[in-house]
Amino acid sequence: MTGGRLYAHSLERIIPGFAEEAPVERCVVHEKISFMNEGSCTTMDHTNVASEDPAERSYTVLRSKFDPWLAEKAEDEGANYIPGIRVDDLIMRDGKVCGVVAGEDELEADVVVLADGVNSLLGQKAGLVNKLSPHHCAVGVKEIIKLSRQQINDRFGCTDKEGAAWLLAGSPSDNQMGGGFLYTNEESISLGLVFGLHNISSVTKSIPQMLEDFKHHPMIAPLIEGGELLEYSAHVVPEGGRAMVPKMVADGVLIAGDAAGLCLNVGYTVRGMDLAIASGEAAAQAVIKAKEAGNFNSDSLSAYTKLLQDSFVMKDLDLYSNTPEFLDNSRMYNEYPDMVNSMMHDLFTVKGQSTPVRKSFLGHLRKAGIMNLLKDGWKGVRAI
Amino acid sequence: MSDIVNTDIKLGVNKFFVDEEGAHIKLKDDADRAEVKKLIAACPAGLYKIDDEDNLQFDYAGCLECGTCRILCGDTALESWEYPQGTFGVEYRFG
Repeated sequence: MTGGRLYAHSLERIIPGFAEEAPVERCVVHEKISFMNEGSCTTMDHTNVASEDPAERSYTVLRSKFDPWLAEKAEDEGANYIPGIRVDDLIMRDGKVCGVVAGEDELEADVVVLADGVNSLLGQKAGLVNKLSPHHCAVGVKEIIKLSRQQINDRFGCTDKEGAAWLLAGSPSDNQMGGGFLYTNEESISLGLVFGLHNISSVTKSIPQMLEDFKHHPMIAPLIEGGELLEYSAHVVPEGGRAMVPKMVADGVLIAGDAAGLCLNVGYTVRGMDLAIASGEAAAQAVIKAKEAGNFNSDSLSAYTKLLQDSFVMKDLDLYSNTPEFLDNSRMYNEYPDMVNSMMHDLFTVKGQSTPVRKSFLGHLRKAGIMNLLKDGWKGVRAI
Repeated sequence: MSDIVNTDIKLGVNKFFVDEEGAHIKLKDDADRAEVKKLIAACPAGLYKIDDEDNLQFDYAGCLECGTCRILCGDTALESWEYPQGTFGVEYRFG
């Protein structure tokens, strides 16, 4: 599963104009970010017409439609796609990976590219991935809720092919690190939340309950009213950024995508699929090079690490290497959503008392702590 | 605050092919209770429960294969964690 949004640029480079034929849902033209608490919600809402440049667009996607299309593309190029098989182990000889074991079958290979997701059991077996830490992981839970095309267009102010992406900080994740998300698909919406696992001992309710309460929030409930639950899914999200990226190559093996922790949450955008696609491309290029040289040891395959280092993948992870630490700050999910909502409430409430707004604002700023605000503001500017 | 969530109803809309023969997640008999508490709060499918006699109940049918329990507790509460055998487990029809 995935949250549901694909930034197009990395696939666009491999298959130009892919979105014209791929089963994407909607092109994101509405971006919303909210601070939410139990009874309030304050939203920044940005609309931008779809970019002329297809590489600058992003799309909502449902992977059960999108993945088979992509697999077919790979098959057209000569790949063999064997679904429904669990790979149990790696074939190791003299410390080199020489293929995979699936049940009774053994499949020999010059090189194995591991892309088995965040819980990469094989990455651990290959000695690349260390034990995952709750500090580096969040769990995402998601509901796909069926609504008609027209309902979605009306409720989110969209046209048929265009849609909205929405991130919400505060009460959705029980005022802990994480947040809610909502993406509009063609005839459904993807609604869910992520929760930083290291805070699990501080929760006041279970994660499924957080999602239920989020759905009942006065801001969200009318948007999904009359909708039918189609699917309930969950997955861990690697959120450690640069700090969790493992050793990328060993003799006869490479690691890519979520398995290599290639995911980037900077608060206002959350990216995984574009990094995964680019790492797949870099892995392919490195393997081609290794094949030409007839050498698949880690020295030869380290071209992969170099390609990633020179691409946006590692550059972006390096650029945002302080962001996970910046975002791991309870004020972002507790005090600040409350502060923003209290300020907005005062701004828009008329009750016949002549209190200057600046005075009430100052009170709310003081409550959150002006030093904290300055400190976090400064840290935030440096983290992005 | 909304009603108490019933994850069984949500899991009911999913499509599962349960491997009746083999559990892909096995709990330890003497799982650490503090760790188990984390699992009860975190498991998106609500599969970890304490019954009236204070026994830990766990059912791998209904598992969403997210891996949360493995990351949170690993060997303090789990005997083993693996993906289900091929063709078994949850089939995400939307994604």
